[in-house]
Amino acid sequence: MATRTALRRPAPRRAVAWLTGQGWKHLLLIAFGFVMLYPLVWMFTQSFTPNDAVMGRAGEGGFTLDNYLDGWSALGISFGRFMANSFLVAALSIVGNLVSCTLAAYAFARLEFRFRGPMFALMLATIMLPFHVTVVPQYIVFHQLGLIDTYVPLILPKFLAVESFFVFLMVQFIRGLPRTLDDAAALDGAGQLRTFWSVILPLCLPAIAVTAVFTFIWTWNDFFTPLLYLTSPDKYTAVIGLSTFQDATGLTNYGALFAMSVVTLLPVFAVFLIAQKALTRGIATTGLK
Amino acid sequence: MAVVTGAAGAAGPTGAAARDLAAARGRRRSRVAYLFLAPWILGVLGLTLGPMLASLYLSFTDYRLSGAPSWVGLANYQRMFTDDPRYWSSVWVTAKYVLLSVPLQLAFALAIAVFLDRGVRGLAIYRSVYYLPSLLGSSVAVAVLWRRLFSSDGLVVDVAGWVGIQMSGGWISDPERALDTLLVLNVWTFGSPMVIFLAGLRQIPDELVEAAKVDGAGAVQRFFRVVFPLLTPVVFFNLILQMIGAFQAFTPAYIVSAGTGGPADSTLFYTLYLFQSGFQAFDMGYASAMAWGLFVVIGAFTALNFAASRYWVHYGD
Repeated sequence: MATRTALRRPAPRRAVAWLTGQGWKHLLLIAFGFVMLYPLVWMFTQSFTPNDAVMGRAGEGGFTLDNYLDGWSALGISFGRFMANSFLVAALSIVGNLVSCTLAAYAFARLEFRFRGPMFALMLATIMLPFHVTVVPQYIVFHQLGLIDTYVPLILPKFLAVESFFVFLMVQFIRGLPRTLDDAAALDGAGQLRTFWSVILPLCLPAIAVTAVFTFIWTWNDFFTPLLYLTSPDKYTAVIGLSTFQDATGLTNYGALFAMSVVTLLPVFAVFLIAQKALTRGIATTGLK
Repeated sequence: MAVVTGAAGAAGPTGAAARDLAAARGRRRSRVAYLFLAPWILGVLGLTLGPMLASLYLSFTDYRLSGAPSWVGLANYQRMFTDDPRYWSSVWVTAKYVLLSVPLQLAFALAIAVFLDRGVRGLAIYRSVYYLPSLLGSSVAVAVLWRRLFSSDGLVVDVAGWVGIQMSGGWISDPERALDTLLVLNVWTFGSPMVIFLAGLRQIPDELVEAAKVDGAGAVQRFFRVVFPLLTPVVFFNLILQMIGAFQAFTPAYIVSAGTGGPADSTLFYTLYLFQSGFQAFDMGYASAMAWGLFVVIGAFTALNFAASRYWVHYGD
């Protein structure tokens, strides 16, 4: 592909060559990607379109920020409050998952104890378990403890390693680390806690990143649990705020509804952009989501 | 371990004492391990196994959150199977959703993955773009968007109009069509199985595909004779995962139908009906029975899949 051949060849033939080579694939893939993303693009453009403009075609009808201003305060409680609540729940969930899942994973991957086999099998089995089988009694218990309308039912399970995919992910990761590291630490007189903290954990950063990223996205998007447990509007997470918004004003004010939809998607989108590698690696190895 | 106790035995203590020592060390090790496992053990007992037993018990009772549960035997199950048309429509809706959306989604994921696999430049970019919907697919915002897309003055009806297809009204308000919107939504999120397929395809040695090419196998033959058989473990993995996920789908159906499962119960997913029974009607006994029904069905489907997998999934030697 020297420049001389390119110069000699007339442009149309080059285009044909490109098309018959890789080009047609790229054209197809780009067209398909456009179809895939169009609904999201449409929502985005609609959120900047004046509400009285004809709905439908993207980009028509002018540009306005009113939808965002209206939507932000339409429910009487600022949407910022919902966002802050979501961030709080997500942050605590990340801490909970990281603490409980790395601890359990270290034990499963490196320590010897009675019933290790059966307990490991149990851990794997809980990955498959539909949460509906446990949600009714959990609700009853939290109800009897007076914890409805608090964040405890949303966060406590994360501190107790209920999302066992992450335990499994971390076990697989730790098993891939050389045992000689542990032995060296033991020779230096390190106890298990110290080996865990100063030898294993720092090497687990990739798995920790995957766990943190997925925990963030899942708790941010989670609709069922907050719908179940949160009753007072000032405690709502962003997605509950959005669904309330749809019921309250959505049928008349699509612009504002889409604006707030974009707002709830932005953090997930930002994490996606920052952590694409961790995300695809995470699902490729464990099928997370 | 045996070597260590042997050495300790040579150094002085009798065999029995060495065994004691080893046992004590074993117990101490176990204790440390249980400390690490404490949160997980608490979670399994308190939030998984305990509630499972409780929900099994509750499924034989009438319990409305106030007062005590009263034992009713099999009445809840009887009501489910013989006396509740809405239960059966939720089963039917869920069955249609699982049986149609999962194969469609996987077919899409596999087709695109194969297309992307060998020699397309910019793979990482396409992979990310196609994966993005999977990340957002279960969110409320996308469900809201879907509701709008498929409504009578929504984009889908518009686009169909441009290409000459006249649709009477939107899909969302049409009992015949409403579920289709959710099928489309699920297929749209083919990105996550696609990424897993791509990882699986990468494991297939180039030499095998090249050898088939040399032997004169066409692209279609190469795929079905060489690539697909080697990929069956990944197909199976995706099938199990997506199936379990589809059985439990909730958010899109809830948002698209505003929590009703309408129109005419056409989007009344099993989980949605369970939610209505348990947390809107506060009929905890009935909801528990439904939860166990779901558990048994998912377990049966998974077991069936594993049994059938012997005939089509090929693990390498």
